[in-house]
Amino acid sequence: MSAELRDRRGRPVVVVTGMGLVTPLGWGAAANWSRLIAGESGINSITRFPTMGLKTTIAGTIQSQTGAPYSAFALALEIAEAAADEAVRQSGIGVTGRFPGPLFIATPPSELEWPQLARLVAADGGVADPGDDGGYQRLLAAARSRRFDDLRPHAAFASIADAVQTRFGTIGEPLSICTACASGASTIQMAMETLRRGEAEAALCIGTDATVHPEGLVRFSLLSALTTRNDPPEKASRPFAKSRDGFVIAEGAGAVVVETLEHARARGAKPLGVVLGAGEKADCYHRTRSKPDGSAIIGAMQKALADADISAGAIDHVNAHGTSTPENDKMEDLALRHVLGERVRDVPVTSNKSQVGHTLIAAGAVEAVISLLTMREGVIPPTINHDDPDPDLALDVVANTARRASVRTILSNSFGFGGQNVCLVLAAEPS
Amino acid sequence: MPSKSTDVWVTGIGLMSAAGEGTAAHLAFFDDPGRGPLVDEAGFAPYPVHRMAEIDMTRQIPKKSDLKQMETWQRIGVYAAGLALADAGIAQNPELLSRTHLVVAAGSGERDAAVDAKVLDTIAALGDTQFSAKEILPTALRPTLFLAQLSNLLAGNISIVHNVTASSRTFMGEEMAGLSAVENAVRRISAGQTELVLVGGALNAERKDLLLGYELGRNLWPHPYAPVWNRNDQGGGFIPGSAGAFLVLEARPHAEARGVRAYARIDAVVTDRAERNESGDIRASLSQLFTRIAGNVAPTPIGVLSGASGVQGPTEEEQAFLGDLGARDFTPAVRAFGSRLGHTVEAQFPVGLALAALALGRGRYFASADNDAVEQPLKTPLQRVLVTGVGHWRGEGLALLGPVDGGRIG
Repeated sequence: MSAELRDRRGRPVVVVTGMGLVTPLGWGAAANWSRLIAGESGINSITRFPTMGLKTTIAGTIQSQTGAPYSAFALALEIAEAAADEAVRQSGIGVTGRFPGPLFIATPPSELEWPQLARLVAADGGVADPGDDGGYQRLLAAARSRRFDDLRPHAAFASIADAVQTRFGTIGEPLSICTACASGASTIQMAMETLRRGEAEAALCIGTDATVHPEGLVRFSLLSALTTRNDPPEKASRPFAKSRDGFVIAEGAGAVVVETLEHARARGAKPLGVVLGAGEKADCYHRTRSKPDGSAIIGAMQKALADADISAGAIDHVNAHGTSTPENDKMEDLALRHVLGERVRDVPVTSNKSQVGHTLIAAGAVEAVISLLTMREGVIPPTINHDDPDPDLALDVVANTARRASVRTILSNSFGFGGQNVCLVLAAEPS
Repeated sequence: MPSKSTDVWVTGIGLMSAAGEGTAAHLAFFDDPGRGPLVDEAGFAPYPVHRMAEIDMTRQIPKKSDLKQMETWQRIGVYAAGLALADAGIAQNPELLSRTHLVVAAGSGERDAAVDAKVLDTIAALGDTQFSAKEILPTALRPTLFLAQLSNLLAGNISIVHNVTASSRTFMGEEMAGLSAVENAVRRISAGQTELVLVGGALNAERKDLLLGYELGRNLWPHPYAPVWNRNDQGGGFIPGSAGAFLVLEARPHAEARGVRAYARIDAVVTDRAERNESGDIRASLSQLFTRIAGNVAPTPIGVLSGASGVQGPTEEEQAFLGDLGARDFTPAVRAFGSRLGHTVEAQFPVGLALAALALGRGRYFASADNDAVEQPLKTPLQRVLVTGVGHWRGEGLALLGPVDGGRIG
């Protein structure tokens, strides 16, 4: 094997050869890119269900293209398949329905939603017996009628992974991963490790989420994580702005085909970028907050740089986690000051969440795709709504309008509730 | 697999179930096939459930504030993780904990039945799903409950309570979650990526919301208790069991350097996912997996700790595969641990590995019931244990474990 196919530590070089994207901004990477660099927002008032009485009434939703009634399972699967199809087609890998490697996928929680529980309730028509906790005896009786077995995929954690595997014909056991809001990045990290260990030559990585439903909204609202700045919706997501007050839930899917450079070259595929390294560090401080000294997220960034075998000085751009919560953006600034040192004021930082919203489980994959597009196009999408920069932050935020820049190496951050932090180092395609 | 691979040792076990907590309780329980089954047939009728033994959670989770932030499945997992860390001599050692990687197999947390009752009654009365959910949820849901429902928060709580911080990964997908978690941990150690991993899972079976999810599609056994091999006449099904199972896996040189004795060596973990379109797919998948790991092993009678669920098709096919082992001169001495502890779904494969390591660590296999047609005695000294993990609807996996000289339990 020629030297360039391995990195300085002798590990196989892992490249991206296909990308796919579905977000509130549109279906497909091209549709997203034109709206991203135009500084547009995908956030709207929620019309999927009545929001009267809810504190937060906005989100970044996606309309199904099949017209199927909404469920988190159905929509998360539809957009995962759309993003994966785009990525697989672009890579030109395998033959239709036979992807030559494993699937790494991050999916939202599997659970029965209220309309589905309502079907079970209606089957019986009665009211819960006193002492029947939650009326579950009634629901179980309805389930035993075997008339509702079509609901099973909604409650099975492997169901989205399984459907994607069946469609694309990936090899072996599909890996369903959950590291909360770092999940999308975790899929790419784990695929990279698998390829480096020589266990596969290619992998399909997908992050998907479609959980804008009443309970999804209420849960994050109760954690005080959501913005309540509902009007106008497009101004609500304000990463790194002084007036930021929470994130906006959004739906989305990002997919990448990764393969060893050797495998890509052998089949004449064009690499779109390199997965240079990844790092993770778990926080042990609090379920929803970072350690005050930022040591866990600093650790994740430093481990990613070390794994990529580069110094912080080589980072041209940071695709931030940048949720627009007061806490996250402050801590991310603190950590980047530590990692980048003096350069923190010179390295452009952007948060795609200002435009897309926070796609939760999918965010790391969605933002990896946008990072790769950023390097290819030489344009950094803006952090919109940056009207009032937070004076306490040192970051060079790409404010409001896209910025031309030659970007060769990007740090992409993803931090999850539960203290799971994953950072990717992505680089432009090998020359 | 890489040519130079590092041996993976089991140096810590944390186990809790209907049989109690700890390694000694589980050895005693599995040495006595006459004991049990420890099953509650009334509480969730018509579904039997293996309930968790009475355990004082504060022994591993001392802070009330931590306990309050968790629902039962997380408490079980955090407790079992603590047992494993203590058993491996890692607990309270900040230097080792900061280098311990966490891999968790998880489902998701528990719903608040009282809140659901309110919403469902309103739905029944008014027929308006969205309205009632929106009216009731904001006042009734607790923020902490949502955190208790997030799949990755079992791992998050283990990090917080026990300070395991090198990294944290959670795998999902019913039994496949357990297969993925163990396989990921073993591969990273074999490849020299990491030296210390805490891996496992937990299930709280005593939940009607969980039973509802599995009754859809008819996966549960709705009759009085029967062992997993004896359910096919009535359509099969699994009996859920509450359990927590964590293992500390360690690179052999690392374990030797810090002078800890191991229970067992994990020689191989392999997984696959058959389409299951036709009868025989699962049997063929298991057969291929076994061929992948048995290449370097001389045929010999072998202990098989089967994770069979009792769900009809997969259980019948696994039984056929185990029969095939005899024809390949690996006479299997099968023990379906799910017959004794219940089916623990995400935790099932880790439970199987923990029991295999316990048996190898003391050099003696578990007894079989005298009158059992499937589960025969092992007629040779215990040399290897095969652990099977066949998902009740998807996923197949096998692990092969062997002894370590001077095993952990003398």
